Amino acid sequence: MNLIATLGAETLRVLELLGRFGLFLLTCLYCAVTPPYKIAPIVRQIRFIGAHSLFVISFTGLFTGMVLSLQGYYTLAKFGSVGFLGAAVSLSLIRELGPVIGALMVIGRAGSAICAEVGIMRNSEQIDALECMAIDPYRFLIAPKLIAGLIAMPLLTCVFDVVGIFGGFLVGVELFDVSAGAYFQGMYSSVGWHDIEMGLVKSVVFGLLLVWICAAKGFFLHLERDGGFGAEGVSRTTTSAVVIASVSVLVWDYLISAVLL
Amino acid sequence: METKPSEIVIELDNVEKCFGQQKVLNGVSLQVRAGTTTVIVGASGQGKSVILKHMLGLMRPDSGRVVVFGQDLAQSNTKQLRDIRSNFGVLFQNVALFDSMSVYDNVALPLRERTHKSEADIRVDVEEKLALMGLEDHGAKFPAQLSGGMQKRVGLARALVLNPRVVFFDEPTTGLDVSKSNEIYRLFFETQARLNYTAVIVSHDVPKIFKLSDVVALMADGKLQGCMSPEAFQLSDNPLIRSFVLETMGPIYSSETEETLLYETL
Amino acid sequence: MKRFNAEIVVGLFMLIGFSCFAYLSLKLGDVDLFGSNSYHVEARFGSVAGLKLGANIQIAGVSVGKVSAIGLDPVSYDALVQFEIDPDIELQEDCIASIRTAGMIGDRYISISPGGSPMLLEEGDEIFETESAINLEELISKYIFDK
Repeated sequence: MNLIATLGAETLRVLELLGRFGLFLLTCLYCAVTPPYKIAPIVRQIRFIGAHSLFVISFTGLFTGMVLSLQGYYTLAKFGSVGFLGAAVSLSLIRELGPVIGALMVIGRAGSAICAEVGIMRNSEQIDALECMAIDPYRFLIAPKLIAGLIAMPLLTCVFDVVGIFGGFLVGVELFDVSAGAYFQGMYSSVGWHDIEMGLVKSVVFGLLLVWICAAKGFFLHLERDGGFGAEGVSRTTTSAVVIASVSVLVWDYLISAVLL
Repeated sequence: METKPSEIVIELDNVEKCFGQQKVLNGVSLQVRAGTTTVIVGASGQGKSVILKHMLGLMRPDSGRVVVFGQDLAQSNTKQLRDIRSNFGVLFQNVALFDSMSVYDNVALPLRERTHKSEADIRVDVEEKLALMGLEDHGAKFPAQLSGGMQKRVGLARALVLNPRVVFFDEPTTGLDVSKSNEIYRLFFETQARLNYTAVIVSHDVPKIFKLSDVVALMADGKLQGCMSPEAFQLSDNPLIRSFVLETMGPIYSSETEETLLYETL
Repeated sequence: MKRFNAEIVVGLFMLIGFSCFAYLSLKLGDVDLFGSNSYHVEARFGSVAGLKLGANIQIAGVSVGKVSAIGLDPVSYDALVQFEIDPDIELQEDCIASIRTAGMIGDRYISISPGGSPMLLEEGDEIFETESAINLEELISKYIFDK
């Protein structure tokens, strides 16, 4: 009997959580599309989420492309078709690895910071202060981050893809002497708009997901089950926000692939 | 003062609020009249801040009504709530300054977000309020670079920048030494005289301005005990008030050569 | 000055991001941003097994266009393939389109052998001389029996 009650309580808790997060997203999106529009906060957030992630994205992109090329070369060499190297590297980057690894890096860099920032603002009554100053915290705090995430993620993913393709080129062509023409020709003929579209859809969805989950976790810090108070509460909530956001990115990656393939 | 009671600005009517099993507010009633200073005292954890949050509309009562400017907060939609709050100024317990913004931007924020004033007009308003607080040289600093007392003053400047009708003080002197808290109260009187706002002060100990307030109430046992003038409060025979007065006021007042008071209550 | 810097940083980021996006979509995604005035011709094949959309069209090994549509003629059950040919390439009415394979297991592509007719193909015209996808066995038997 106790077990059933626990199960019921847990179900209700999860439902409430989902409802709260869903309403949070709807409110933020509503604030994002209705006037007054303020550009300056969005620019600031793009700088934080996008521009400051450029280095880490290029770096991971380069090495992802290089290792893809390295592994791909040895596998393809067994079948005597190293001519497919360019296609293999670019397709895996554009369809899967670019959006996914890019999103994971941005979650680690910007998502955690968003969650901690909003969480600390909740903890130190800054969000209450906004409410009492009759300033909508959704519009003032969260909506610019959401818009910035939606703009920055696809661009970061494109950078990741291009740098990754270049990394693959370095290893494949410079190290293994695959002909540059074969590398690029294979790439040009096998990658279509459909693949790029899929990568873009993924990156936009991931951008939304990561800002949404991280900001909402911070925003509802005080409603966390084991109390989101103090520095420890912020750190615990940030950790769980990063974990949940990363897992959701991978789950949605599968769902989008399944629908769009 | 007793001549003609001014209009009621805030009215709590039998407000109840539970957190889980614990009933924090158990029928709280209070009337705050325009232009007065109301002090709510009580030991920590008695729900003083919860009362404040109800007045601000940050929490909704389980039962009972919170009426502000004649409007029931529980019945108000987001926009109405926002309109009501644009008449509020709040000095939070830990000030709640936006730590990523400079002092100037902190004070300017309500003006930028709530009014359509030009940046030049905003500058005039902000500098006036900062000067009032003696902070005219600190506008470019960030909150973390200021001392606790200065942060409180920035918070007060921000709370007053829209010339609110009601100002709430949540533990205004917590964490400050005697001279700093005297400074805050001096500023409070100065600004209240100038801007003529209604004040609600929540404090865990008896503030210095106790005698100059209009209504004092003790939060204990989930209810507001007292709600009377400070003179009556000190002499009240309500056991809860008596023990609170003895515990907190005794030492403070005796140290300030007001032993008479202590002897009286004894 | 600080604000100014922020805007430059964001501007640079947007520029880098969009140029990467442009590279991907124009170079790899075959998106015609400027609406190139290439023209289309059609051809019928008995089989296009292995031919994909976007496959290369070559004359003497030089790329001159790509396959823009593949369909089925509901009456004759022939494969209908639409070619998108670069505007500066002129194709004669009697040219021959054949489906070839790059390497042993490589991609299929279209090879066009130029004809000698003075009549040039225009938008929407059809190439009548075609060679379907050939597999190795067919090739060998053709070589043996035709001689």
